[in-house]
Amino acid sequence: MILSVKGIEFSYSSRTILDKVGFSVQKGEFLSILGNNGAGKSTLLKTLNRILLPKKGSILLDNQEVSKLSRLAIALKMAYVSQHYESNRQTVFDAVLLGRKPHIKWEATASDLALVQGLLVKTGLKEFALRYLDELSGGELQKVVIARALAQEPEVLLLDEPTSNLDLRNQIEVLRTIQAAAKEKNIAVVAVMHDLNLALRFSDKFLLLQNTKVFAAGGSEVMTAENISQAYGVSVSVERVQNQIVVIPS
Amino acid sequence: MVGNEIVPEGGVSHYLRYTWKKKLIMLGLLGMTAVLALYAISAGSAELSPWQVLLTLFGQTEGQSQIIIWSIRLPRVLAAMVAGIGLAVAGAVMQNILRNPLASPSTLGIAQGAAFGAALAIIGLGAGSTPSTGGGALLINNPYIVTIFAFVAAMLTTMIILFLAQYKGVSPESMVLAGVALGSLFSAATMLLQYFTNDVNVAAIVFWTFGDIGRASWGELGIMSCVVFGSLLFFLFNRWNYNALDSGAETAKGLGVNVEKTRQWGMFFASLITATVVSFLGIMAFIGLVAPHLVKRLIGGDNRFLIPASGVVGALLLLAADTLARRIIAPVVLPVGAVTSFLGAPLFLYLLVRGSKLR
Repeated sequence: MILSVKGIEFSYSSRTILDKVGFSVQKGEFLSILGNNGAGKSTLLKTLNRILLPKKGSILLDNQEVSKLSRLAIALKMAYVSQHYESNRQTVFDAVLLGRKPHIKWEATASDLALVQGLLVKTGLKEFALRYLDELSGGELQKVVIARALAQEPEVLLLDEPTSNLDLRNQIEVLRTIQAAAKEKNIAVVAVMHDLNLALRFSDKFLLLQNTKVFAAGGSEVMTAENISQAYGVSVSVERVQNQIVVIPS
Repeated sequence: MVGNEIVPEGGVSHYLRYTWKKKLIMLGLLGMTAVLALYAISAGSAELSPWQVLLTLFGQTEGQSQIIIWSIRLPRVLAAMVAGIGLAVAGAVMQNILRNPLASPSTLGIAQGAAFGAALAIIGLGAGSTPSTGGGALLINNPYIVTIFAFVAAMLTTMIILFLAQYKGVSPESMVLAGVALGSLFSAATMLLQYFTNDVNVAAIVFWTFGDIGRASWGELGIMSCVVFGSLLFFLFNRWNYNALDSGAETAKGLGVNVEKTRQWGMFFASLITATVVSFLGIMAFIGLVAPHLVKRLIGGDNRFLIPASGVVGALLLLAADTLARRIIAPVVLPVGAVTSFLGAPLFLYLLVRGSKLR
C-alpha cells in the first residue's frame, strides 16, 4: 500500500468534520472520494498531505507516518491539486515548472525543462506555454495545475474536484490524462469527485462519505443504487448503458 | 493522449529565449544604472569629467578630485544604490508574502515607527539632529542615539506585526491593514511629541524624516551593505518558495514549502532592511512600492527575475531621485524623500493605467 489511512478524526472547534475515516490505495489505483457537500471530502484530502493536521489517526505514505515527515519529503512523494487555485501573472511554462520545486536545488536543470515541455505536449498546453495564467480559460487553467502536479513526479496524486469547472469535453480529456499518467507512472490517484458518472467511469475504488463517516468503501460493487441513495439521501437507480455503469436520479 | 510523442526541442528553446530576454532587460537596466552612477559622481559644484572619475576610481590620479570622489561623492552614490536595492527588494518580497500589492516598507508602519523612535531620541534625550548636506544650521549632538532609537522602534513595529500574524491569527492579507493602523498610531504619537516641544526640536524631527542620502559615510554604508546584501541572498535562496506562494498557500504547501516559516523570515529580513535604511537615511517613500511594480510590468512576476531586477530598478530610481535632488536647483540640495514621492506617485499612477508585458 502506497497510502494507508486509519482512524482519521478532524474537527473545527466543536464541529466534527471527520470521524474515524480510513482507507487505503495501491500504486496505479484511482480512488474517488464521494459524498454530499459538507460530508468531509475536501477536509479528508487536506489532512492526507498535512495541509490540515488531523486530531487523531495515522496516515502512512509508503510506510512512513506523514505527521513525522518534512513538507519537502511529503512533496517529493505526494502532489496536491487544490479546488481553489489562483491565476496570476506567471506563464504556463513557469507554472508547470514550479511542480519541479521539490526536486530543484538552486536552479532548474535542462532535464527539468524537458520534462515540463513533455507534460505541456501531453496535456495539450504546448501552444499556451508562454501565455500568462490570468489569460487562460477555466479548462486550460485546470490542465495547468494538473500538469504541475504531474511535474512533481509524485507517487500519490491528490485531486480536489479536478473537473468541477470544466465542460464535457475537458472533463473527459483531463480525467483521461490523469488516468493515463497514473497507469504509465504507476501513480495512486485520490480524487474528490462530484460527478458520480465520471467517477464510475474512471475510478477503480470508491469511498462514500456520509456526514463525517465512511458509509461504504470498495470497488464498483459498492456503487449500488441502495448505497448511493442512502449516502446522498436521494433515490437513484443504477443502470448499465453501453457497457458503462450510470447513476440516474429517479 | 499519452504516448511517446517526440518532445519538440523547439518548445524548450522557445522558453529559454524568453528567459534570456528577461536577463537582457536586466543587463540593460544594470548598464543604465552604471552610466547614471558615473554621471552622479562627476556632477557637482566641482565639475569633473566622467573620464576623470574613471581614472580616479582606478587610482590613476591624485589630489583634489581624489578627495572629492572618495570621501564625498562615491559614498553618497553607493549609499543611494544600496538603499534603493534594499527598499525595492524588501517591497518585492513583502508584496509576495503578504499577498498584497500595496505592501511596501512605507505602508507597513515601519517607517513611521522609525520616525517616532527618532523623535523620541531627539526630544527625550536631547540627541539633536544628524548632520546633513542641506541643514548646516541644525545642531549635531548625537546622531548615533537617533539612529539606534529609530532602528529599535522600527524593529518593534515589525515585531508587533509579526506577533499579530503569528498569535492573533491576522491573515497575511490583512497585515497591510494592521500596518496602516500602526503607522497612523506612530504618526499621531510623533505629532504629540512635536506639539509639546520647542521649535528647534520640531525642526530637527521634521528634518530627520526627510530622507537624505548625504548622511551616509563609509561606516554606515558598510553596515547597510551587509544587511541589504545578506538579506538579498536570503531572498534569492527562497525565490522558488515565493513563486510557489504566488499560487496560493495550499498549493505552496503541496509543493513542499513551509509557508509559515517562509513568511516569518521573509518579513523579518524585509523589515530589517527597512529599519536599517530608514534609521540611517530617513524616510524615502515609494521606492519599495514602485520598483517591484515597474519590474512586474516589464518582465513579469517570476521571483527568480523579479527580485534581482527590482533591486536594480530600486538602485536606479533612488540614484536618479538623489541626483535630481542635488542638481535641480544646485547648490541647494532638496530632500530626496520629497523627490521620490514627487516622482514616484505619478509613475505609480502611470503604471496602474498602462499595462505592458513581455512575452
